[in-house]
Amino acid sequence: MLKTEIKTVLAAARIRGWVSEPDAKGLLSASGLEVPRFIAVTDPRQIEPVASDLEFPLAAKIVSGRIVHKSDVGGVRTGIKSIRELTEVFETFSRLDGFEAMLIEQMVSGLELIIGAKMDDQFGPVILLGMGGTGVEIYQDVSLRMAPVGTEDVEAMIKGLKAAPLLSGYRGQQAVNRDELIRTLVCFSEFVMAAADMIESIDLNPVMCSEEKCIVADARIILPPVEDLTAG
Amino acid sequence: MQNTCVPSNGPSMESRPAAWDFKRLFHPKTVAVVGVSLKRDRHPANVIFNKIHLRYPVDVFAVNPGGGDLFGQKVYTGIQDLPQPVDLAIIAVRAEYTLDTLRDCIDAGVGGATIISGGFAEVGRIDLQQQLADLARQHDFPFIGPNCLGIYVPDRIDTFFIPSERMIRPVSGKVALVSQSGGVLVDQMTKFAEQGIGFSLGVSIGNKALVRELDLLEYLASDPGTGVLAFYIEGFARGEGRDFVQAARRCPKPVIVLKSGKTSEGMRAVSSHTASMAGDYAVFSAVLAQHGIVEAVNELELVSFCEALSCYRKPIDGRVGIISPSGGHGALAVDICSRHGLSIPAFNQEQQSKIRADLSSSVQPIASLTNPIDLTGSATDGDFMAAAEYLARSPELDAIIVLLLPYTPEITSDLGARLSRVCRRHNKPLIAYVPHVERYRMLIEGFEFNGVPVSPSIKGAVLMVKALKRNKPC
Repeated sequence: MLKTEIKTVLAAARIRGWVSEPDAKGLLSASGLEVPRFIAVTDPRQIEPVASDLEFPLAAKIVSGRIVHKSDVGGVRTGIKSIRELTEVFETFSRLDGFEAMLIEQMVSGLELIIGAKMDDQFGPVILLGMGGTGVEIYQDVSLRMAPVGTEDVEAMIKGLKAAPLLSGYRGQQAVNRDELIRTLVCFSEFVMAAADMIESIDLNPVMCSEEKCIVADARIILPPVEDLTAG
Repeated sequence: MQNTCVPSNGPSMESRPAAWDFKRLFHPKTVAVVGVSLKRDRHPANVIFNKIHLRYPVDVFAVNPGGGDLFGQKVYTGIQDLPQPVDLAIIAVRAEYTLDTLRDCIDAGVGGATIISGGFAEVGRIDLQQQLADLARQHDFPFIGPNCLGIYVPDRIDTFFIPSERMIRPVSGKVALVSQSGGVLVDQMTKFAEQGIGFSLGVSIGNKALVRELDLLEYLASDPGTGVLAFYIEGFARGEGRDFVQAARRCPKPVIVLKSGKTSEGMRAVSSHTASMAGDYAVFSAVLAQHGIVEAVNELELVSFCEALSCYRKPIDGRVGIISPSGGHGALAVDICSRHGLSIPAFNQEQQSKIRADLSSSVQPIASLTNPIDLTGSATDGDFMAAAEYLARSPELDAIIVLLLPYTPEITSDLGARLSRVCRRHNKPLIAYVPHVERYRMLIEGFEFNGVPVSPSIKGAVLMVKALKRNKPC
């Protein structure tokens, strides 16, 4: 059943080349991953009723078919404290390329990790875990494994990170809930195996990991170019 | 811990062919060399025929449609005319004749072939290569190549078109090396021979049209003559890497891989962080480690790993004790160990006095015993034995490196054999460094013939310990 849902959403996004953030989060949530509460608005008049349902501060992100890396174009705002501020952000976003909607989302805190997947030509689906945020490619602190991964694989992946001590509560900082992180990666691996022949790569970045939970704050599912898709 | 999410199976990859019978191919009693030349004396097929005829314990027949006489031996006009059934056909005819030759081999009940000839996928003739593979697969007929050197089995056969006097051959032993490149195989054989590491089989698989790394992995896993499997790999076909690593994990013997093309990444622009950070080589390396395959990052590692793993199988944590007659050598070894993730636990005062009690009176006051142990240039065989005995018993260590400088005046040529016995008795891996100079041969062989690997460099000795650390339980 999950597979059917994945297929439907991915097929609909084929022409665009990647899955929009709300759709991606919907799929991940259905696969057992935690995502923040979010609502998409297409009209500034929707902001007030929607925001009253959430708790400030909030985050806002652009939904656009033409923008893959939202923060590169100023399409992500965090720490929004009022409805007025939300409305201003909406005005700004609506002038960006290909604006479709604005995502209003509950802010989450924790250690920023990246969880990713890639279809490798020689080895098939591969899972990545690393230190996340906008600096991922500067630090390049990542562990890779061939999917599917089990508990032991994930333990070894965590151990393999240079920043592993940060996850266990370095110098008085709060530790990451290891069982939740393992559960998140194993669920993600299952999702990746189910979607393997339909995706090219996935970034969940950042995944905010705290003592309680691991929450996927942003998700990007890249699809293979249409000519590469095989039947099925 | 069981999660709600249960990992599922991977997507189905390339379909697997039937397992071939490689026995006749790799251990032939009768061999045919097809495509000898009566006009060109140094034709590759002539070189092959000549060396097999003169050097190997097999019956060999030359084949050329024109018939005649080569080096005083009869040339047969076709494989069907040979007086005996043939186990191995070495095919060195021009590319356009290979398909007919292969068909003749199959019809004549030949056991397998190596196709030396070039002129296939490497020059764009993928179609011709595919026809060979299709025909062979239809008849469960194994062939190596095309565009390869073929096989080398010590004292049994080699199909290399390299004159005997130009080849350096490893002795008979436990390591099998499968190489996509013939040049790399020949070069590695030289290095293995220099190190005294024995081969069970060397195969250059060339364009690997039919028999590929995975097939040989599966064959060698159950080949009683092979103890260590080594591969030089340039790349896998789509999805093939997944099958290979899964089979390697099931293999009850150590598997070592040297990969080339580490720096060439995909040319396609990538739009995700994951795709950018999970480049071809990064994935390759991580996936090997995940499946307990030992990755050698260069040729020195390949040779060292093969030697170490053909002596010791048990994986270790990498807690090393070092014994030497020179403080400098000990310090150099410590530096290299820490660079390669190996630890050197220090002995406390109590432990040190226990070691000191067993040393000779001249060494007792001057030896430094923290680990690395420096027995000084006055050390005798007895001092080395006493230190080795203590280290071999120590539960804090799981490997010992002994750095031997044979110019220290008090040690004898028997020390290699004697130290080997101590460590074997306690079942603790011992690795030796001895400068490879001809006059120390007896000392070196004292180690080697007792199953202790010897490296001519300190770094090589450390890499041998690293190989044990990386090995999977098997």
